Amino acid sequence: MNKKVLMQGNQAIAEAALAAGMKVCAGYPITPSTEVVELLSRKLPAYGGRFIQMEDEIASIGVIIGASAAGKKAMTATSGPGFSLMQELLGYAAMVEIPIVIYNAQRVGPSTGGATMPQQGDIMQTKWGSHGESPRIALCPSSVEEAYNLTITAFNLSEKYMVPVVILADEILAHIRESITIPESDSFEIINRRNNAPPQEEYLPYKVDHTGIPILPPLGGGYRYNISGMIHGDKGVPNLAPETIDYCIQRINSKLKKHYNDIVMVEKMEEENSKIAVLAYGSTARPAKGAVKMAIENGIKVDFIRLITIWPFPEREVREIARRVDKILVPEMNYEGQVAGLVKQSIEGAAEVVQFNKISGLPIYVEEIYNQIIKIERGEK
Amino acid sequence: MSKLDKYLRLDQFPHFACSGCGHGIALASMVRAIDKLELDQNTTIMVCAIGCAGRLPVYLNFPSIRTAHGRALTIATGIKLANPKLKVIVFMGDGDAAAIGGNHLIHAARRNIDMTAIIAINEIYGMTGGQYAPTTKSGHFASTAPFGMIEPQMDICKLVEAAGATFVARGDIYHVVELEKLMLKAISHKGFSVVEALTNCPTQFGRRNKNSRPSEMIKNIKEMTITKKQAEQLSKEELEHKLLRGILIDKERPEYIEEYDRITNFQEEGSLK
Repeated sequence: MNKKVLMQGNQAIAEAALAAGMKVCAGYPITPSTEVVELLSRKLPAYGGRFIQMEDEIASIGVIIGASAAGKKAMTATSGPGFSLMQELLGYAAMVEIPIVIYNAQRVGPSTGGATMPQQGDIMQTKWGSHGESPRIALCPSSVEEAYNLTITAFNLSEKYMVPVVILADEILAHIRESITIPESDSFEIINRRNNAPPQEEYLPYKVDHTGIPILPPLGGGYRYNISGMIHGDKGVPNLAPETIDYCIQRINSKLKKHYNDIVMVEKMEEENSKIAVLAYGSTARPAKGAVKMAIENGIKVDFIRLITIWPFPEREVREIARRVDKILVPEMNYEGQVAGLVKQSIEGAAEVVQFNKISGLPIYVEEIYNQIIKIERGEK
Repeated sequence: MSKLDKYLRLDQFPHFACSGCGHGIALASMVRAIDKLELDQNTTIMVCAIGCAGRLPVYLNFPSIRTAHGRALTIATGIKLANPKLKVIVFMGDGDAAAIGGNHLIHAARRNIDMTAIIAINEIYGMTGGQYAPTTKSGHFASTAPFGMIEPQMDICKLVEAAGATFVARGDIYHVVELEKLMLKAISHKGFSVVEALTNCPTQFGRRNKNSRPSEMIKNIKEMTITKKQAEQLSKEELEHKLLRGILIDKERPEYIEEYDRITNFQEEGSLK
């Protein structure tokens, strides 16, 4: 039977990681994500896993890449400053296609910023923080229950597509406590990476089939191949031939595009003949949804779209909304409007994007978003 | 065909190292030690990172993972946490291990995780064109020390000893039989073991320091190192420019993962439920 429990966001993420079969966690203390490593340090040994506190976040992500290369599901938990330090090896993991899960509880930045307050400022860093271009998936939970479920999804996608997955939450979700329903362990799917490599004599680590996803058996599992962050062809050894560079970069970046429909998730509420849409994600999506409901109750037709997957960016779904409405309101806890920019880029002028940015470290409230909807409705915005 | 050929990825040759480079001698010593120990080629994992030394294990026919600059020990730590039964050997250069990876080196030594770090010391960043390393001696020249190195030289053996490494040895590519024995002992040691292997870089270091003949450089290395016994005969002044060779530390301390599993009552996955 499903279990109803009161849980903190961080706790839900830790519990779900255990349920997903995560066996190695490495971390470095940082607010507001620390409860995850505290909880896992206590629980992992009983689940056949090991926790280690490393000397910094660079080492933490290094450990989980090593553990995953040796065949175990692995994760780390961090926030802005630590996430910045992880960018080097995040790019490495994406390049060598070793699956890892990183939980980033976004806090006020830049720099030390404000450790105990939320922001949605790491959207771009998640995708573009490492040098060069490499793939990652990022998921934005909006509730504690969803944090639990998306953590399992994060491990599944990571294993399936051999790619780093970032659970991109924020301080609100990290620390909020909600009553959630924990699913029975046999009620959700657990995906493990493929391990049906051809015999060693025929095996080439980065030779892919129609899926575009390599099969990398665990280090020490009987295969002697090389994993390298240097440009590599099918063999996995350094190779800087122009055609190999082209092939390598094309392949790692196109594999998620190939499986877009399986990776991209959004939640939508559509009204007939609405002229306005509200597009939100993460903790901001909850007041946004509340504001949309309030507007509908007051006779204003408003569409609602919540981005659950933020990378790859759900450009098709966003374009669809843009075709339906004239204006899209994007409330975000950041200065530039990082997602608003992505929306504009995706819809190429098909609708007007109205930004609402709040960077005070306070959550965005329902009334604030509702007032924006009213202003748009009256033609004041 | 040599009996060591099975340890090489022959299809990757010719290798990239410059002629006269001593790294191959250090690497070969390691391979011979592995052969003597009859380690399983499938469960001995080579971890390396960036630089001349960092690229070499790619030529070896073991499961190998080449990581980002300085991070080899962190990835090695993860491999051990996932599967402590694997033998993990980390091959690094001095810049890789002691500069960019210095913090990881300290903490790996402190934890005493069962793995071997082999550090090839040639006093220079060879791959990027001869910049000074933390191991460059004061007064030596490098492309970024055109007026001479003013920083003092780092003693990696002392550093890891202070940090808690349970096996520390220094060898050099002249005393190659001894180097192989040191590596053999290090690899067999339970806990974090470090072997410093003094090698030469004629192309980037030798050229800038008026001594680029490999044979001369190796002779200099030979004269630079002394055994503990030889050291006893020398005065303090005479010792100043010498480096001790041989096993410097060999002690027992609980190995990290054994200790972790013991105090946490770690349950192997298969034994659950």
